[in-house]
Amino acid sequence: MKKLLVSLGLFVGLVSSAAMAAGGGALPFKADIDQTDKASLQRGAKLFMNYCLGCHQMQFQRYERTFNDLGIPVELGLENLVFTKDTKVGEHIKNAMPSEDGAKWFGAAPPDLTLEARLRGPDWIYSYLKSFYVDPSRPFGVNNTVFKDVGMPHVLQELQGVPTKQEVFEERLIDGEMKTISLGEKFVVDGSGELSEDEYDRAVLDITNFMVYVGEPMILERESMGWKALLYCLIFFVLAVLLKKEYWKDIKK
Amino acid sequence: MFKNLIDWIDARIPMTRVYEMHMSKYPAPKNMNFWYVFGFLATIVLVNQIVTGIWLTMSYEPSAAGAFASVEYIMRDVEYGWVIRYMHSTGASAFFVVVYLHMFRGMMYGSYQKPRELLWLFGMFIYLALMAEAFMGYLLPWGQMSYWGAQVIIGLFGTIPVIGEDLALWIRGDYVVSGATLNRFFALHVIALPLVIVILVFLHIVALHEVGSNNPDGVDVKRPKGTVAEEDKTKFEFHEYYTSKKDILDDVVPFFPHMVLKDLMAFGVFIFLFCYVMFFNPDMYGKFIEHPNFEMANNLKTPEHVFPVWYFTPFYAILKAVPDPFLGVVAMFGSIILLALLPWIDRGTVRSWRYRCGMHKWNLIIFAIVFIILGYLGGTPGTPFKEMLARVLTVAYFGFFVALYLYSKNEKTKPLPERITK
Amino acid sequence: MSNAPVDNSRRRFLTVATSVVGGAGAVAAAVPFIASWNPSARAKSAGAPVEVDITKLEPGQLIRVEWRSKPVWIIYRTPEMLKQIDSISADDLKDANSEAEQQPEYARNGYRSKKDEIFVAVGICTHLGCSPTYFSEGYSEVVEGIDSGFYCPCHGSKFDMAGRVFSGVPAGANLQVPPYYYVDDNTILIGEDEGAA
Repeated sequence: MKKLLVSLGLFVGLVSSAAMAAGGGALPFKADIDQTDKASLQRGAKLFMNYCLGCHQMQFQRYERTFNDLGIPVELGLENLVFTKDTKVGEHIKNAMPSEDGAKWFGAAPPDLTLEARLRGPDWIYSYLKSFYVDPSRPFGVNNTVFKDVGMPHVLQELQGVPTKQEVFEERLIDGEMKTISLGEKFVVDGSGELSEDEYDRAVLDITNFMVYVGEPMILERESMGWKALLYCLIFFVLAVLLKKEYWKDIKK
Repeated sequence: MFKNLIDWIDARIPMTRVYEMHMSKYPAPKNMNFWYVFGFLATIVLVNQIVTGIWLTMSYEPSAAGAFASVEYIMRDVEYGWVIRYMHSTGASAFFVVVYLHMFRGMMYGSYQKPRELLWLFGMFIYLALMAEAFMGYLLPWGQMSYWGAQVIIGLFGTIPVIGEDLALWIRGDYVVSGATLNRFFALHVIALPLVIVILVFLHIVALHEVGSNNPDGVDVKRPKGTVAEEDKTKFEFHEYYTSKKDILDDVVPFFPHMVLKDLMAFGVFIFLFCYVMFFNPDMYGKFIEHPNFEMANNLKTPEHVFPVWYFTPFYAILKAVPDPFLGVVAMFGSIILLALLPWIDRGTVRSWRYRCGMHKWNLIIFAIVFIILGYLGGTPGTPFKEMLARVLTVAYFGFFVALYLYSKNEKTKPLPERITK
Repeated sequence: MSNAPVDNSRRRFLTVATSVVGGAGAVAAAVPFIASWNPSARAKSAGAPVEVDITKLEPGQLIRVEWRSKPVWIIYRTPEMLKQIDSISADDLKDANSEAEQQPEYARNGYRSKKDEIFVAVGICTHLGCSPTYFSEGYSEVVEGIDSGFYCPCHGSKFDMAGRVFSGVPAGANLQVPPYYYVDDNTILIGEDEGAA
């Protein structure tokens, strides 16, 4: 029993130290996603297909699976979410941009995004989409604090509005004197976007949620199976202990 | 009728004899504690890797162009392919958790001492083969970490003076890691090394059964023939292969069913933990499946940080701690070779740390802690402090063996109990 | 062994209980391995139904599409071809009434098709798998008195314009008719029965 607790303790220690070690660099925002929120995933799919699919692909994910998992009827999905000609529902999510041209136009070919959420994590994607700002020195006029000198234009600008990075100041009373304190750099949006700031955050969260789903479409199934498996293991363990004790009853230490 | 079938088989192949010799009439010390389950668990994981590995081979495409996509095909398109993939990736890490604990048990209880030196050596060969197997397997998903990890490690062979460059070229089959490397690693990982490992495990168990299992007290449960009084002998019936050579004390139980049932309990705990990882956290925060590997290998772009998978990180830290590349390689291999030579470095005759001097206990505990911290250092980006710490700990790692060699000759040990039964 | 009495019934119960639970676990663990052999999403996608546009199909013309890696023919049969199908005697055919399971229910009729004029069939000889040649005319060299039909060059099997196999040839069954339906008058979906999706 003691040994069991020791081993469990070791295991928990290992896991938590791995978690801490994985902490990583500072990202400005955290993505509070919910994989069970089908409405969010559907909105995310719509936004992705409309704004991202022009340049990016999801070459390992099929439309049919996406529609089924998200609860989108196939006919509706084909009509509203598939923009490539003659694409059948069982095919992969691809676009028409040849990668060599992409490399020429953007400096680097727009990467495939199927696994981006597993590569970078949802916090990164969420932060990235919220961190574009005006930078006249860049070819497309924008830069990004999460991905310095990125080759991607601010595709979601019509939703967010024009973001500029500004140093924000505040007047504070310090030691009897009024001093101007810098609060650091923040993004200030000019209000020309279709969405309010909260709505934009929601939209970007939905895209992030959708990308997490595409990165690993079986997350919910895996966790559901996991609960059943753990329950089974518990039952098996109890029986194994009883059986062992029964046979060891007459062995003196 | 059943008996007739068994007799028919036994007349043609010694099925019952083998079963009795190695299971139902094999004497196992009754005080074997939870540290003794890891050999059994290692065999379970080996079976898991082989079975899931075979199934993965059914859908995996071993080519530079197709490998990465085929892994996603397994994850998404093959029914329950993701279960099989996660069983294999979790199993690979589980293998090393289990094997490291198994090895530490041997160090604590002196299971490498006479007459078990060959048993220990077989174990070290299995460990080496396992590391090669894991290294080659990791190239197969053809992700960024797969590619660059292989590039770095094969590059290590390039540091060997005179023959290094040619050796690295020969291993790769190309000027950089490429499809040629992938294909040969696939063949070795799928067939050659598993065969070697299975054969070595078989020999490992044969060597164990020949001398019998050690136990946490390190006190023999078998005595020279004729030296044991009747009331002290075991009441169980054991195979004459053992009873004809030695008198067996009443300190043992038959391996089957008693030890098997104990192992079954451990199996219950193990699969609980295994299922937790597999179903709720297969990435293990990037330790079991490294995140850069979700990007396909790109020979023109190196990831910001290249680390081997966690189970190699202690040795990677030792490698990086030594400033000269070739000497670093020597130190890295030396650290494993010294482990293999433990039966001869340890000049003591008392096996278990329970009865050895206090310094030995501390030496072992510090060794374990040093190993774990080196592992952490080998898997994170370096800072001046971490680099200095890695150097200190590398010295401490080797210091374990030096200290052991020195104090084991005239060690002040505690008196051993006569029997393991109290 | 000690002298304490062994409770055999408890022992047996626990052994059986653990074995049963263990066995159930083994079966559950086996499910993913066995299920993984089912056709993958890739195979199902490649085997998906094929839509064919027959607006430009001329009388007597054959178009060939691929479904599940097999050639599928769509032929616009002329009134003469249909009359000739009616005229062939049952003695000359091995399965004149399509009794073998080589076609869906709606193709078990005189012309082996949903609409009389349009013939849909898998273009693979039921003997050993070659693809027969289509004779829109000049078939009387192959079968006397019949102007059109199919002739397999590999071993000489012969089929009429409804895909029915003639007697005295190596092939033993009529040409297979796949499931299909009319999405509209000009579009056939091959690979699915109507309303089955």
